[in-house]
This record gives sequence, structure tokens and C-alpha cells, in this order.
Amino acid sequence: MPKRTDIQSILVIGAGPIVIGQACEFDYSGVQAIKALKEEGYRVILVNSNPATIMTDPGLADATYIEPITVDFVSRIIAKERPDALLPTMGGQTALNCALDLERAGVLENYKVELIGARAEAINKAEDRELFRKAMDKIGLENPKAEIISSPEIKNEAGKVIGYDRIAGLSRAMDALDHVGLPAIIRPAFTLGGTGGGVAYNVEEYRDIVESGLAASPVAQVLVDESLLGWKEYEMEVVRDTADNAIIICSIENIDPMGVHTGDSITVAPALTLTDREYQVMRSASIAVLREIGVETGGSNVQFAVNPKDGRLVVIEMNPRVSRSSALASKATGFPIARIAAKLAVGYTLDELENDITGGAIPASFEPTLDYVVTKIPRFAFEKFKGAEPLLTTAMKSVGEAMAIGRNFQESLQKALCSLETGLTGLDEIHFEDQGALMRELSKQTPDRLRVVAQALRDGVSVEEVHRITSIDLWFLRQIAELMEVEAGIVRDGLPGDRAGLTALKARGFSDARLAKLTGTSEEAVRAARHALNVRPVYKRIDTCAAEFEAATPYLYSTYEMPAFRQPAHLASDRPGCEAGISDRTKAIILGGGPNRIGQGIEFDYCCCHAAFAMDEIGVESIMVNCNPETVSTDYDTSDRLYFEPLTKEHVLEIVAREQMAGELAGVIVQFGGQTPLKLASTLQAENIPILGTSPASIDLAEDREQFAKLIDRLGLQQAPSATARSLEEAHEGATRLGYPVMVRPSYVLGGQAMEIARTPDDLDDFAAKALKVSGDQSLFIDRYLEDAVEVDVDALCDGQNVHVAGIMEHIEEAGVHSGDSACALPPYTLSAATQVRLAEQAAALAKALNVRGLINIQFALKGEEIYVLEANPRASRTVPFVAKAVGAPIAGIAAKLMAGKPLTEFDMSKATPRRTAVKEAVFPFGRFANVDPVLGPEMRSTGEVMGWDDNFGTAFLKSQIAAGVSLPRGGKVFVSVKDADKAPIVAPVKTLVEMGFSIVATRGTAAFLETQGVPVTPVNKVIEGQPHIVDAMINGEIQLVFNTTQGVQSLNDSKSIRRTALVRSIPYFTTLAASVASVQAIDSLRTRELEVQALQSA
Amino acid sequence: MTERDETQVTSTSTGAIALSDGTIFLGRGCGAVGSVVGELCFNTAMTGYQEILTDPSYAGQLILFTFPHIGNVGANTQDLEFSSPPAERGARAAIFRDPITPPSSWRAEDHFDAWLTRQGIIGLSGVDTRALTRRIRTEGMPKAAIAHAPDGKIDLDALVAAAAAFEGLENADLAAGVTAPGQYGHDEQLWTISGGFAALGKETYHVVVVDFGVKKNILRNLSQVGARATVVGPDVTLEMLMALKPDGVVLSNGPGDPAATYKRAGSLIEGLVESGLPILGICLGHQLLALSLGATTMKMPQGHHGANHPVQDLATGKVEIVSMNHGFTVDPASLPAGVEESHRSLFDGTNSGLKVAGKPIISVQHHPEASPGPQDSFYLFRRFADLMDGGGRT
Repeated sequence: MPKRTDIQSILVIGAGPIVIGQACEFDYSGVQAIKALKEEGYRVILVNSNPATIMTDPGLADATYIEPITVDFVSRIIAKERPDALLPTMGGQTALNCALDLERAGVLENYKVELIGARAEAINKAEDRELFRKAMDKIGLENPKAEIISSPEIKNEAGKVIGYDRIAGLSRAMDALDHVGLPAIIRPAFTLGGTGGGVAYNVEEYRDIVESGLAASPVAQVLVDESLLGWKEYEMEVVRDTADNAIIICSIENIDPMGVHTGDSITVAPALTLTDREYQVMRSASIAVLREIGVETGGSNVQFAVNPKDGRLVVIEMNPRVSRSSALASKATGFPIARIAAKLAVGYTLDELENDITGGAIPASFEPTLDYVVTKIPRFAFEKFKGAEPLLTTAMKSVGEAMAIGRNFQESLQKALCSLETGLTGLDEIHFEDQGALMRELSKQTPDRLRVVAQALRDGVSVEEVHRITSIDLWFLRQIAELMEVEAGIVRDGLPGDRAGLTALKARGFSDARLAKLTGTSEEAVRAARHALNVRPVYKRIDTCAAEFEAATPYLYSTYEMPAFRQPAHLASDRPGCEAGISDRTKAIILGGGPNRIGQGIEFDYCCCHAAFAMDEIGVESIMVNCNPETVSTDYDTSDRLYFEPLTKEHVLEIVAREQMAGELAGVIVQFGGQTPLKLASTLQAENIPILGTSPASIDLAEDREQFAKLIDRLGLQQAPSATARSLEEAHEGATRLGYPVMVRPSYVLGGQAMEIARTPDDLDDFAAKALKVSGDQSLFIDRYLEDAVEVDVDALCDGQNVHVAGIMEHIEEAGVHSGDSACALPPYTLSAATQVRLAEQAAALAKALNVRGLINIQFALKGEEIYVLEANPRASRTVPFVAKAVGAPIAGIAAKLMAGKPLTEFDMSKATPRRTAVKEAVFPFGRFANVDPVLGPEMRSTGEVMGWDDNFGTAFLKSQIAAGVSLPRGGKVFVSVKDADKAPIVAPVKTLVEMGFSIVATRGTAAFLETQGVPVTPVNKVIEGQPHIVDAMINGEIQLVFNTTQGVQSLNDSKSIRRTALVRSIPYFTTLAASVASVQAIDSLRTRELEVQALQSA
Repeated sequence: MTERDETQVTSTSTGAIALSDGTIFLGRGCGAVGSVVGELCFNTAMTGYQEILTDPSYAGQLILFTFPHIGNVGANTQDLEFSSPPAERGARAAIFRDPITPPSSWRAEDHFDAWLTRQGIIGLSGVDTRALTRRIRTEGMPKAAIAHAPDGKIDLDALVAAAAAFEGLENADLAAGVTAPGQYGHDEQLWTISGGFAALGKETYHVVVVDFGVKKNILRNLSQVGARATVVGPDVTLEMLMALKPDGVVLSNGPGDPAATYKRAGSLIEGLVESGLPILGICLGHQLLALSLGATTMKMPQGHHGANHPVQDLATGKVEIVSMNHGFTVDPASLPAGVEESHRSLFDGTNSGLKVAGKPIISVQHHPEASPGPQDSFYLFRRFADLMDGGGRT
């Protein structure tokens, strides 16, 4: 069937901020979908609160709304735009839930908006645990033995459901225990990434997890599954069209058995341990699931568990939308699932669509086949969450992932380990005190489990014993055991001296760095030996068809092959078997950011994509290198050539060498992908490889505190008094000289890792030891902490001569809270015009002094009239996409062109000014880590960001809060407990709240002060003062808003339970004075203004 | 072959493949020891290597697996596709990118390497299979020779010469070598995880399968729709066949050049078409049927070998993902009046099915019996059963 002509405009809902379980894969899917729909001539309307996305770039959709993804806001967008259809399958669980809510609220019916891609009944059937079980029963597929626990509905007089009796739900769950037995797996309904779920081994854990699961589920429903621990886990990515054609894009096998969330699991594609008979049963079952659930068009994933003893197959769940797994499947196969799903949603059938990868030689109605193995390994950030145990369960906790492609499992596994950028060279050794410690560790599901497995095998534990303990399939264990044997051989005999021998090692994925470690030499020496034997990688193409058809898109990965021993002359080649297809054009290589982590995520990928687009615009060939499957940068049509490779010295140098075999390499762009490519700059320079834009020397200068301090002096600017320490003694001397509190930070880190505020010498002992460990060069910086200063971020463009200040962002949280975690406003909301001019002048002076070509980000602290330079980073910063949205100019793309040598005067920046106020707010994963204190500090812990955009600061801030999931109250009780310094300034906002009708509850100290200021206030006990205390009041639902600022470790610890309770109970809480004040402005907007929506394009 | 070559081979390699144009890849031998010649084709399926290697249609061929890991789930006695002892030797050799690993599967009974050896199949690993596949894509299926010598002593020049001397598959009636004389019955149904192969309960139909190298799963699929099968060799006469009083006849898959086999089996098939019995043709059976209807067949440059091929049912427009294995194809331009294309490959537009006006005949180039491969085309067996019920005549 050709495309539908009865619809003209389509609303696409994005996934909102990056959170654990929902990352940039939905930007990737959304971008593909929007492009696909635009190609077909539809008017596309987009809503997404996340400004750091490519999809929200104004050139992509016809109308782009950076607004909160809530029924309220999306209804307003629908009322304004009157779309004919809504595509809810591209924005993860967020979009799906929002679409269901819109349907239930009658909005879609009201405005005659048709759901395309997935109908409401299908979504319901897939997501509702009870309906799903019934559906599976009907088609004869087995589910795990399970009990669905639904909390009774609470209805108002009109019969409308207003809530759920979760306490009754919990008691039902306790009754069900007899039936399901322990251990049991608890899965909350309608949640993302298994939030609130887990594995319970005893009754106590069972009660806790069910309680948190019922709380996490919007319908207060959990599924308690028979434990399938130890079973094998598989996923099938399926695409179906309206003509009932269904194809499997990819099978994915989890190396981790059931019990670890699939997002946290190490997975391979395709499945490697199924016979064809078993695989076909699973294939047919997947398609039957889509038919029964009623997914008429688009992509879905179906998850299965398989009993390794007898093959018993059980359906776990399905997602009727594109997902993290479908993004992985797309990257693993080259098949663009989201793009195709979007086209199917508007009426096409699979046979009418082309498979782009083969240049349209074959239709999209086929099943990709692989001639390589893909391994995905998640990356974790437990170290950022003090108090969180690094254990993996059914609730997802990873913050990013790396994917690697190899011609065999060993190669893809070892490349994936290198891609993680956690310092691994492969399956690096772990030292255990004794065998007992090793075996204990082996029984735990930790982020490092595969290395522990390798260590056990290295230490002589049998494959069978490791299998008995870990339940990892013997096939994978034997592969790892074989690697350990080969390693032992290398240690014993050294590197092979012949080409075939060394090629064989490289073909198993051993990195040069690993070989160096095993032979006690340097990576450089291994590389030299390898080059001497002419052992070089060949690049093969991802082509969806195992070379049966010619690939039109150069999507490449490296491997090692032995060339033909003899070949006719006409087939000779300078690198036999290599399909890189390098051109003789002028080219630029863009190094991406690698796996997402806290501090380095989608913002940098956004910049890398723009670098590629910009190169294209100025006629330079763009070559992307990255290993993060979630990203837009690794989409096959973002750059001219894509190398899906680890961002390590070895792999990057080989790519550069290959590309330099033809054409001219204008340079490598290292400034857009965060710290990952920057770390490679010195290697590239040492090899005389040109680097585009600001020189690494300038970047180093800005990072070197002592040199930078000299520069600041020379320019007549000022910094907070500081000291550099290389030992604990020096740290104490420095701190005493500066006066406490001091800020302690290691050099060369991103995201404030190990950055802390020390208020006492004891604090310093603790922090300095940690920081000295993190900092590679064993030095750390101590600054006087500018308490209560206002922090400002400035992003500027510079071509070496001229400077354009792109944006000045005033932080809402004070200096000391990591800039990535702080909310900020553009334009500034309290700074005078004169101050802004001074900031711009200082930024310009710094940019010129550092000879910046491209972007620079400078952080300032303002204390009174004094401006202090905190740091300057002559590279793309996290704020670039936000600034681009706020001022309506493609900052990253312009910067890339400046780097390539274009002068700033070529660009008209006169219109690049903020037209309204944009507020960026950070989003945190505290809810996923039990016992972690959700307080803000100098170490970054947010995973994502949202933007609120409106005419005034209060409303923009309000929108940012709503978008971040903070639901500010219109009335009720406010709990106020602030440190002494904040007592006076909190009076005015608290009075405003009282005027609005709020009542105030406060701890004794704060209450006494507020009373003296004439504020009516009810005192309440601190937790340490005994019950009934403030936490009791919060649990009882008596508190609607919390202002809680602290000073000192004691006070911080005492109030942790308040913040935890607020977090768990979704009570809005603010831990800084400035944010508390801003929230009062937002509440005022909420109460007095009609909230409006506006598209970026109409500003 | 020079001295230098010999030294190099013996020091590193225990196996080699030579193409008729002189190309040589060295690797590690596995499976049976010795050397063999044949036509080199690639198969893109990622699962089902045992089924592929025991499919009698691969007689005379050397199979290059494009998926690097082959042998992961070992070998068992259930996933074999030959139906009679003469058909046991299907493919002559197998080429892998990576060495065979020990098995990991609850279904495994043996190491795949050991099974290859017992089966008499020569194996070779450690070859850049993708480079070879691309050669086949651009230059067609070459004549090739493979050797496995544990001592590494391989005469490479002799191997090239052997490859060049291979007569090729055109005009080869290979079906003759993979069929059993006489007849035998079959009533085993399709495999299930919990029950394995169940036996046919109530018999609704009796089908005679003319064996050109029939895959066992064709017989099981027939049984699944209620048909007891009697398998007869292609030298059966029309009278003998009709005496079995079948409700329908299946012309099976098989190896080689259909034109060559037709010389022997043509008159039988023409008689069957005349008889008005419902007929299902599969693969070689499809090609033979086409020849009997007056169409012609031709050799394909690289053929179709995989489990991911899209085929469109031209009557319904629906696409099925199918298993394919053929190096010859029916020329759609040669179809006489009254014979129409029913299915078509969406990969290259080649013919994948025929129907005959006024006759209960269906015929497909692909493999509705799967094994290995998707089960999307199972409906064809039901359609055949409908024909035997007297319905669905076109």
C-alpha cells in the first residue's frame, strides 16, 4: 500500500531528558523518524523537553516544541497545531505513556488525532501485565509462573479513579508468596528500565521490593515472576507492516543469564548458542506475539528466557515501540529500524521500501544476516553514588554502553572492553587476596563480572565450575578460557615473530596495549613490531547481507585477516580484503565521545554530528569514529564514512593511516567529543597528524593550573586564590594558607570526578587522598571556595582574531554545585547589563589569548562586583546545544567551520540572541540508587537535562521543573530548614508563599528566626529530635514542598533522610537557597499565568 | 609448486582452498582428511549448519559459510536432512572463518568437528570468507578444490589444477546419486521443543514423494498436515506410481542441473501433470515441473543460498522470508500460455513459483519446509492439502 494521503501533519513525541534506561538512542530513533516523515512530505510537529538532541534542531521538524512532555502541555500543542496523527513509538516509555494518557483523557478523540504506529489497545495489551499474560496464553506461549499484584483502585464520588490502595496491594503480594516462591523477580507495570523492580531472595527483600515496585508503577501493579535465575535470555527485534509482513532484524543473546536487566547485560548479536530449530521456534513466536498484541506497524522487541537444560521457552515481555535494543540492533545490522518503522506507520509496506545500505538493490522486506559478531557492554557510574552497592539486578543502573564489532566473538569482546574507556586493555587481571575472595566475587553480579570470570579461569578454576557459579553459557566461558590460554602462551613465549602468528593474535582482538602488558613492553614497541611484520587491520563493511549484495554505505569496522596466499594479478590490492573505499578528497576525521557516562553524554555527540554536517556544507569529507551505538553520530548517514571503532590510540592511528593513503587529511577534530578524543590529542601530535581548530597546546595551557594562572595575571583578570599540591602535606599547607572552606580537585577530569568541598582539615585528608588517586599525574588543585557566589557559564566562538559571545548563562545553584548539575538561565536573570558586558569582555580576552579556533567555554564566579575566572575550556562544552537552542543559531556547526579555517566574519551572528528566557535544569538518577543522598555538590551526578522556555524567568523555570518531573504545588505546607547564612534571605520568598496561602513548617532554629520576622510558622522535630518528626510528616503526605540547605557534614548527614524521603515520595525539594527562591517565582507563575506553548521556529 | 611454497604451507597450514583461476587461501584443516573438488557457493544462514551440510541439494558443492562461528551447538542426530543412505553425502566440503569450538547445547550429542569427520566432509577454517564471498558476488561461483592434510603437505599447484579440471555442475544429473532405489514410508511430524518428533496420528492423505534428494523436513511437513508419505525413486514409472493411489504427488528438491535430470525424469512428470493429480513441486522439483510445462531453466551466476530471502506471493502481495538453495532458475520469459508466475524473489526478481491454469499444481523454487530457515511458507503445505481436498484449483 502506498503512503496515506488522508493525513498531512504528524506529531512526534520525544523521550525527554536522558535518564538511566532512556538515553540518546531515542534521539537517534527520533531523528530517523522525522527525516523519514519529512521525506514523504508530511508536516512534522515535535515535542521534546531535551534541548541537547539533534531532533530538536529547528531545521529538522516543521514545528519544534521544547516543552514538558505532559498531558497538559502536549494537549496545548495539539490544540494549537491540530495534527492529524500522533506517532508515539519513537520516544521510549515516556512517549508511549504520554500518548496513552492523552487517549484516556479524551484529548485525541477531541481533536481527532489518530494514533499511528501503535494503537492504544495494543500499547495497553503489551504493557499491562495481566492483559499480556492472557494474550500469551491465547497463542499457546508460555509465560513464567507468575502472580499479578494489583492494588485496589480508589475512586471518587463520580467513580473516577483517583488513586490506588498500595498498602492493600502489598498485603495481596504477601499472600501470593506461597504460590510463586522465592527467589522471585518483581516487575512493576508501565515503568522504564525495570525501575522499582528486583530479585528477592528472602521475605524481607520481597516485601521491600514489592513496596518500591508498587510505588514506582503508575497503576500500582507489579508482576511477581517465578525466578528464572540462571536461564538464558534472548531478545528478538521484529518489524511488522499493515500487510502482516513480519521480519526479524536481529536476535540478541545476553551473556548474563536472567536476573540482570538486559540494559545492564553484556550482550552479543546474533544469538550464538541456539540450534536452528530452537531459533525458528523463537522467531515464529516473536511474530505471533506481535500479531496477538496487535502491533500493526513498526518495530517491537520481544524478550525470551530459555532453560539451558531442556530448551523450555518462556516469553518475558515485549515493547511495542523502538527501544534501546532496537537502536543496538540497527547499529549491529545496518538496518534502520526507526526510519522504516516511521514509513510503515504512514501506510507503506516493507516490500515498497528500500534497504538503503545496499543502495536500494534489495527491498526492506528481508532479514539482515551478519558475517561478524557484535558485543555490547554497559558502562556504570556507581563510583558517583556514595552508598550505592555496585550490584546488578533487574532494575537498570548503567548510564551508557559501548558496542564493538569483530569477525569473531573474541575480537568483538576484547574490542568492546577497550571501547569502554575504563582503562581496560582487554580482560585485564584483577588481584584477589586468595581463592576464597575470588570465588565470593564470582558469585556476585558486579560491573566487573566478566573480568572476574577471566581471572578465575586464569587462576585455574575449571570452566564447569565457573559455569556452575555464574550460569554463563559454556560457549562463552570456553571462549574466555581460550583467551586466557593464549595469554599464558604470550607471557611464556613472547610475541610471535611471523606475520601469520601475529595476525592470528590480532584476529582474536588482542589490543597492542594488552600485548604490551603481557610481554612487559610498551604499546609503541608492539605497534612497531606489528608494522614491521605488515600486520595491519582491514576494514569490512556492515551491509545487512553478509556481502551477498554490494554495500552502498561505508559503515566500517576493523579486523585482521590473512590475505590470499596467491592471487591473479588483476585482483592485487595494497590492502587485500579491505573495503574502506577511501577517497582522494580533502577530509576531516571527527573523534566521537565513546560510551555515555555522567559528565560526557549526548551533548558531545550533538556537537560531533554538527561537525560532520558542517564539513559536508563546506565540501570536506567527514569521517566519524565512535563506538556508542545509542548515538546519532553512529548513524550511517550522518557522515561520509563511519568507523565503528574503539576510541583508543591504536584504533584511531590505524584509521588515520588508512585514510591518509589517499586524499588530503585536513585534520582531526578532537575538541567536540569531550575528554575522550582530547586524551588522544598528544598522541596524534606526536605522530605529526594535523589537528583542526584550537591547538592542543592551548588546550593544555588552559588545563595546567600554574600556566593558566600566569595567563590570568597577564590579562589582568582574577581567580580564586589557589594552590597546587602533589602530596597530602602540600595540600594541608595550601588549604591553611587559603583558609577553609576549600575546593579540592584533580586535574584533567570531566564532570567533577573526585571534586569536593573541604570545610575542615579532616575533610581534606579524606578528599585529597581520593583526588590524588584519580589524577593521573598525581597533582591536585585547591581553591578557596567562593561561598554563595553566583556561577556563570559563557560559551564563545573565536577564529583567532574575532570573538562572538554566544551565550551567558547564570547558574541558579551557587558556585560549588557542579555546573552540569546546576540549573541555569539564558539570558541571566539577576545580572546587570554592565556585569554581562564585563563577562563578555573577559571571555573575549581569554579566547584571543588562548588563540581559540572554534569554541571556548569559560566558567566565572561572581561575588558582589568581583568576577573570578574558575576555568576555561577551549573546546565544545556540555552547554553548546542548550545555547544553540536558546539563541537560535547553529553554534556547533559554525565552530566546526571556524576550525576548518573559515573566518567568523563569514557568519551573520546578529540574530543569534536570546529571544525569550531559557532555563536548563538537570535530571538525576538518585531514585535508582538506594541510600544515596540526593544532595547537589561539586561532583556531577546528573544524567540529562531539560529546557524550559518562556517570556519570563519564573515561567521558564516552572516549565523546566515540570519537564524534569518536579510537580510544584499550588498550595499546602512548606517545610523550611536552612543554614544560618540563608535564614535572612529566605524570609522574603517564604512570606510570598504565605501570601499565596501556603502554611510553613520549620525546624526549631529556622522557625524561631522566621517568627521574629513575622512569619507564622509551626515548629517540627528534626529526625534526631525524636518522633513525630519531619520525615513522619512527609510520609503522611502533610508536606508539599521542602527547602533544605545545610552547612557542615553533621547537618548534611542529619537531614539526609529528609531528602531521601522527598525523593522517594516525589515531594519537590530544593537544597540551595537560590533554587528555593526561584521555585517561589515558578509557583507564582503556576498560580497566576496561563501556561502557553511556542515552537522554536515561531520565536 | 615451488619449494618455498611447500615450506610455508607446512609450517603454518593444514588446509587450503584453490580456485580454478589460481587463487589460493591457506587455513586450518578440520573434519575429514583428503581433498575434493566442486562448485564453491556461499550460504548466508547464521544457524542450521548441520541441516545445510546434510541437504542433498548441495551435492557437488563446497559450502562457504558467511557467518564466522559455525559448530557452536555441536552435532546431533535430529538435525539431518538426508532421507536415505545414498543421500548422506551432500556437500563435499565446508569453509569457515573461525575454527570449530566445542559444543554448547542441550541438544548436542557430538563435537561438530568429529561429526564432519564421520560424515566425510572436509573442513577448512581461518580463511577470509568475506573476501571470497565478494569474489563469488562479482565473478560467479568458481570451480574450486579443498584439501585437508594434518601434516601440512599440500601440493598447491595440483590443487589449482584439480579445481580447473572440475567439470562443473552444468549438464550434471546429480540427483541420480542421492536417491534410494525402491520405496519407503514416512510418518514423522515436525519438531517441538518439548516433544521432539511426534508420529502422525490420523492419516488424512497419502502423498507420493518423487525423490530427487528429498529433505526429510519436507516429509515431516507433509505429515504435519495429515499426509502419510511414500517416497519413491525417480526411476519409478507412472504406472507404478499411480498404483500407490496417492491423493497427491510431491516433486522433491535435489542437486544439479534440472535440464540433465529432466532427460531421465521428464516423461514421468509430464504424465503426472496429465494425470490431474495435485502436485507440489519444490526447488529442483519446481524446475523439473517448469521444464515439463515447456519452460526453460538457466544457470545463475552466484545462486541463492541463505535463510533470509524475501519472496512475494503475487496473488496476495504478502512477503514471506524463506530458505533458498539453488544455482539454476526458471526463465520466466519462457513460460508458455496457461503457466503463470505465482511467487517471485524480491532480491533479484527471479522466479520463485508457478501455477498452472486449470490444474491442481503449485510449485515453488524456495523451501517451504525450512530446516534450516524461517517457517513462513508452511502455508504451502496446507494449500497443497486443500488441493488434495479438491479445493483451491486455479
